[in-house]
Amino acid sequence: MPEPLIFEYSVPGRRGVEMPEPDVPEAPFPEGFLREDLPLPEVSEVDVVRHFLRLSQMNYGVDKGFYPLGSCTMKYNPKINEEMARLPGFAQLHPYQDLETVQGALALMYHLQEFLKEIGGFAAVSLQPAAGSQGELAGILMIRAYHRDRGEGKKRIKMLIPDSAHGTNPASSAMAGLRVVNIPSDRRGNIDLDALRRECDETVAGLMITNPNTLGLFDENLMEAIELVHRCGGLIYGDGANMNALMGICKPGEMGFDVMHYNLHKTFSTPHGGGGPGAGPVGASERLAPYLPGPIVAIDRERTVRPDEPVYTLVWPERSIGRVRAFHGHFGVFVRAYTYIRMHGPRLREVSEAAVLNANYLLARLRGIYPVPYDRLCKHEFVIMGRVPGTSVRALDISKRLMDYGFHPPTNYFPLIVPEALMIEPTETESKATLDAFAEAMRRIAEEARSDPQRVQQAPHTTPVRRLDEARAARQLILRYLPASEPRPAPAQV
Amino acid sequence: MRFIPHTEEERREMLRVIGVERIGDLFVDVPEAYRFPPLNLPEPLTELEVRWELEALAEANIHTGQYACFLGAGAYRHFIPAVIDELLRRGEFYTAYTPYQPEVSQGTLQAMFEFQSMICALTGMEVANASHYDGSSALAEAVLMALRLTRGERPKVLLFPTIHPEYRAVVHTYVQHLDVRLEGESGWTLDQLRRPLLLLEELEARLDAETAALVIPYPDFLGRVLPPSRLRETADRVHQAGALLIAVVNPIALALFEPPGNWGADIVVGEGQPLGIPLSFGGPYLGIMATRMAFVRQLPGRIVGETVDLEGRRGYVLTLSTREQHIRREKATSNITTNVGLMALAATIYLSVMGKHGLRQVASLCYHKAHYLAERIASLPGYEVWREHPFFHEFVVRTPRPVAEINRILYEDYQILGGYDLGQADPALAGHMLLCATEMNTREEVDALVEALGEIGPAREG
Repeated sequence: MPEPLIFEYSVPGRRGVEMPEPDVPEAPFPEGFLREDLPLPEVSEVDVVRHFLRLSQMNYGVDKGFYPLGSCTMKYNPKINEEMARLPGFAQLHPYQDLETVQGALALMYHLQEFLKEIGGFAAVSLQPAAGSQGELAGILMIRAYHRDRGEGKKRIKMLIPDSAHGTNPASSAMAGLRVVNIPSDRRGNIDLDALRRECDETVAGLMITNPNTLGLFDENLMEAIELVHRCGGLIYGDGANMNALMGICKPGEMGFDVMHYNLHKTFSTPHGGGGPGAGPVGASERLAPYLPGPIVAIDRERTVRPDEPVYTLVWPERSIGRVRAFHGHFGVFVRAYTYIRMHGPRLREVSEAAVLNANYLLARLRGIYPVPYDRLCKHEFVIMGRVPGTSVRALDISKRLMDYGFHPPTNYFPLIVPEALMIEPTETESKATLDAFAEAMRRIAEEARSDPQRVQQAPHTTPVRRLDEARAARQLILRYLPASEPRPAPAQV
Repeated sequence: MRFIPHTEEERREMLRVIGVERIGDLFVDVPEAYRFPPLNLPEPLTELEVRWELEALAEANIHTGQYACFLGAGAYRHFIPAVIDELLRRGEFYTAYTPYQPEVSQGTLQAMFEFQSMICALTGMEVANASHYDGSSALAEAVLMALRLTRGERPKVLLFPTIHPEYRAVVHTYVQHLDVRLEGESGWTLDQLRRPLLLLEELEARLDAETAALVIPYPDFLGRVLPPSRLRETADRVHQAGALLIAVVNPIALALFEPPGNWGADIVVGEGQPLGIPLSFGGPYLGIMATRMAFVRQLPGRIVGETVDLEGRRGYVLTLSTREQHIRREKATSNITTNVGLMALAATIYLSVMGKHGLRQVASLCYHKAHYLAERIASLPGYEVWREHPFFHEFVVRTPRPVAEINRILYEDYQILGGYDLGQADPALAGHMLLCATEMNTREEVDALVEALGEIGPAREG
């Protein structure tokens, strides 16, 4: 049964929270400034609790089960993270308090910067960007500023992006005013070096590399690609979305990446929140460090008396691209990521090892049931084709049918270079038993595709709603609650 | 290892199925020279130890629950009803991701649809997105949106000088390599900054065929609310010039004041943190963004729409995704994907449980307490309060001593976190403090601050 909208529970005069009466004299309101109506719901606290609790029950999260959404690293979110972020000494800090009163918070940010530097092999880190895509934008702006300072800002306007890249890469480049040039992949899923070589000239601003790439493959041409781009004066941007494969395995900064964003909500276990908040800190090599977005946390050498009791302050990198957001970044997310890193230390390597072990194991279990377009050792994720030979069942159908088996579907139809792509990232926190159960469900769906294709093509059958008419949503735009008194928009003519 | 469930035996079995001998064999594709570098990180802690460490770090701070706080300046301390966190901590909400699969994400999707509806109700606009990172980045995106809506033919954007300084900084960052001129925001004298209606006229005089948008804060960074009737005229002038009017709002203020949709704003952005989100040292917060239906195809970010399922039941999906990066790549309206969904959920629950009545009560309490505080400070010798324009819950005070000095004495001797030092935002405003009062400040706290300011007074020596 569908849950009504909270507006539909509204009864005139019903109250939720009551506030105290004013304990100061009331000041008159200025004339002609006030609004007449405030059309918010009028509901009780019980209405609110039951409504949102019921809504939550219509959701699927990692806490409910396996969520192998490729490139999103849906690992388990440790509960201690949540408690730590809610400590009053963190949650109740105002961002403009005198720095002397927030030394604990600054210390945490400083150490998180240091940890991320060490993990990525970079010279400096800024925690500012609010999400991976904002980290990307920041990184690209840094690359542009670097070229500008060398008198090449007008000339270097071309960003090279492999065709397997996340859609954010070209979108971020365009936002920074760069022209995007697609670089195809070769037959083994690597950057096509010949195509890259053809584009390497004095107009290249940089190359954006996701490694492991979105096929889940470690790029075998990585070092050559970096070398080619560096030789023509371009810089290397690393999309760190897939860092869960690399902690303690290799350090992008040591391999020639000039700038990279981390996704704290992927690699470092902070919850995805139904679409954020994330955090997208950026790491930079020596030559790009002066361009990092600010402010960043540093030790105040002048005011530090004893080395074991450092005084922290906020500083601006000398050639900073500026602010990417107000205040000091997603601090609540930093607390969670810090907690996670402190619980692992150097053993983060085991996290990446187990993530890669899980992915290769699941790939081995699915090979032979579904086509594998690039069949070699994978890293933390892999891509299969959602096709069952001899049937018209598609990746979408398989995804929907997985819901009936109690699983969240993989990422589908991405990367774009694989038709009917199913991109599967199990993460390290899943047990062999879970992977076996998922593989078994995938096997049974392939069987059903042959024996009872309708069952698969009309799935899901057990979810709160069945397949939804997305075309209708785009045609007849209903984007907010419309009271009965307001007409509903007519469907647009196509 | 904590959070990795494999036993040694399972690991062996998995390696056997893969067909390799040891874990290291899974990484032969990583260049050997770089493979398995040492990770120089502190040794792992157990949950109990990490709790001790984090508690010690938290206790090294002074927080707003300990000291009376009169800081605002874009981040506000408000009452957060207990139901919000209780519901936010449902694992089904916070351990889910972007609702790409609507059949198993109806909870998130419906809540986002309700969020969009409430933002429309507050702002008086027709459509809102499912959130942006924060108020500042929402403003930057609104500026980019206005540039697109004027087809890139108008390179000039007028920024009102008393928009939050960090928001203006973020706009600069976003447009630094685009063909855009930002004008109007700086170079004003103290006297001019004190006269917002004059500033408005000055900016209106700069509207021309090159102008893509005028951005107006409501209330402004100094707490002042421009008259809605006057802003209606501004909107007319902006539209006559073929430009767009962007408003930067505080959502709590909109419980009292005429919403921007009523006075002609085309795009409304703002910081949603006051709607049930903790201060948390500046983030994560909640970017709000709303516009008119005519502009919906240029609105960046996720948008949830209503539809029906196979059996005709009402349901919700992400819609208009052809605007977005995963489909349109370099032609997308924005690069945004992950936004701040959980913060938007917090605001939705907040607005539900406060409701029409509660939100008005909160806004009124803020207004009354700030005005009581302003009036009392105005009677102190040496202090001057800017009171000639209506303000919401923040106002400017000229102080008899440097603001930083007063603030230090306030927290060291009186356990009070004083106001924002406006000299940081604009040198013309040096010696001025921005004070904020909300429903969280009791009369006792307010009186204590006034008493302290009176005692601190002008510098004694000299």
